[in-house]
Amino acid sequence: MIEVSVEDKRFGAVSVLGQVAFTVAPGEVLAILGPSGVGKSTLLRIVAGVDEDYTGHVRGPARRAMVFQDPTLLPWRSALDNLRIVHPALGEAEALAMLDKVGLGDRGAAFPGQLSLGQQRRLSLARAFAGRPELLIMDEPFVSLDAATGEEMLALTERLIAETRPATLLVTHARAEAERLASRIMHLAGQPAVLRDGAGT
Amino acid sequence: MSDTAQSRAVPALSLAVLLGVWAVAALLTRDPQLLPAPWQLAVPFWGELRSGDLLYHLGMTLWRVGCAFVLAMSIGVALGLVMGRSNAVDRWIDPWLVVFLNLPALVVIVLCYLWIGLTEVAAILAVSINKIPNVAIVLREGARALSPDLDSMARVYAMPRGARLRHVVLPQLAPFIAGAARSGVALIWKIVLVVEFLGRSSGVGFQIHMHFQLFDVGMVLVYALSFIAVMLVVEWRILQPWERHVRRWRAA
Repeated sequence: MIEVSVEDKRFGAVSVLGQVAFTVAPGEVLAILGPSGVGKSTLLRIVAGVDEDYTGHVRGPARRAMVFQDPTLLPWRSALDNLRIVHPALGEAEALAMLDKVGLGDRGAAFPGQLSLGQQRRLSLARAFAGRPELLIMDEPFVSLDAATGEEMLALTERLIAETRPATLLVTHARAEAERLASRIMHLAGQPAVLRDGAGT
Repeated sequence: MSDTAQSRAVPALSLAVLLGVWAVAALLTRDPQLLPAPWQLAVPFWGELRSGDLLYHLGMTLWRVGCAFVLAMSIGVALGLVMGRSNAVDRWIDPWLVVFLNLPALVVIVLCYLWIGLTEVAAILAVSINKIPNVAIVLREGARALSPDLDSMARVYAMPRGARLRHVVLPQLAPFIAGAARSGVALIWKIVLVVEFLGRSSGVGFQIHMHFQLFDVGMVLVYALSFIAVMLVVEWRILQPWERHVRRWRAA
């Protein structure tokens, strides 16, 4: 269970987020929709614990994982090392099994630069799920993928979520993605942005 | 001629031309006391090598270069990293850097010898102080260019400090460290020679001092050229292979 209650988040004098409060239960997927620049990524950074400069509180499990807009891999380490460095408790066999699960079973030795963008995204998914997270945060994970690759990623994400059942927070501006993955959809809008139930209008 | 053959042949040819210019100049001077021809150095070189003097003094200089290099790089990298990450620290330390950058090497050396005495510690410290500001400035640029995305990634996944430094931060700084190291070695060995010239009784600088007082141009050249050869080996056998190893993920 994760409980988020942000009262105020400012950048200088500008208030970006107002009252934003929600909870996500284990196994539940909450999608937050909203236009670009409304503060979705800011909210995610607060939930992820990367940004601690806000008023409010976030209570949640320690085992967190995040899938970023960009794959955000370590380009100087092999695909296998990208999993094992981030999750030191992960054995080599488990890491290989994880790579296999995302269809990169034979690319363990490759550097991220040798992988296609779709493969890099899958590696980033593998990294997120390899730690068996209790909280999963996804920041527009399917943006700038072509239709076929996007569909492949969506199906893979669906499978991995069903298997690991983390409390998932998904941020996107594509309603179709949200409707497909989420058990609940909320809408972030306004200035400062506040959260409303439903997909908005 | 293929590109690779050309890339090897041109530097060799260029060095041969330099040797030729030297030989012609020596022939025109017609005074081996003032400028011996390249082949006239063979006998004194062989003598110094057989007596063991050459290797001893080369070894001492190399040891000092190594100590000063390790000291300057570790302090410079740490300082640059902190300055690049924290604006407050940068504002406080930056004026110091400017002062030390503009402090002539000779002044640092003389002051170290006067305050600490004519010791090995003073010599190595003086060389390091001369180099630290350069390393810090290069590494500060590197630290400023660190990826905020990778930083967030490391925080979300709660990577321990050691792993973060080794796998996230240092690989990003590697090109800056390599640049500082290569320009550092070149600068450090020249300053080490001055330090030895002024206040040590061993090393290439000391030998050059002695033969300078005896007006022995040949021996000055023997020692100088031998050490250049040693530094070329360090460059080709250690620094360049290390740089290639660190950069291999880019080429892959």
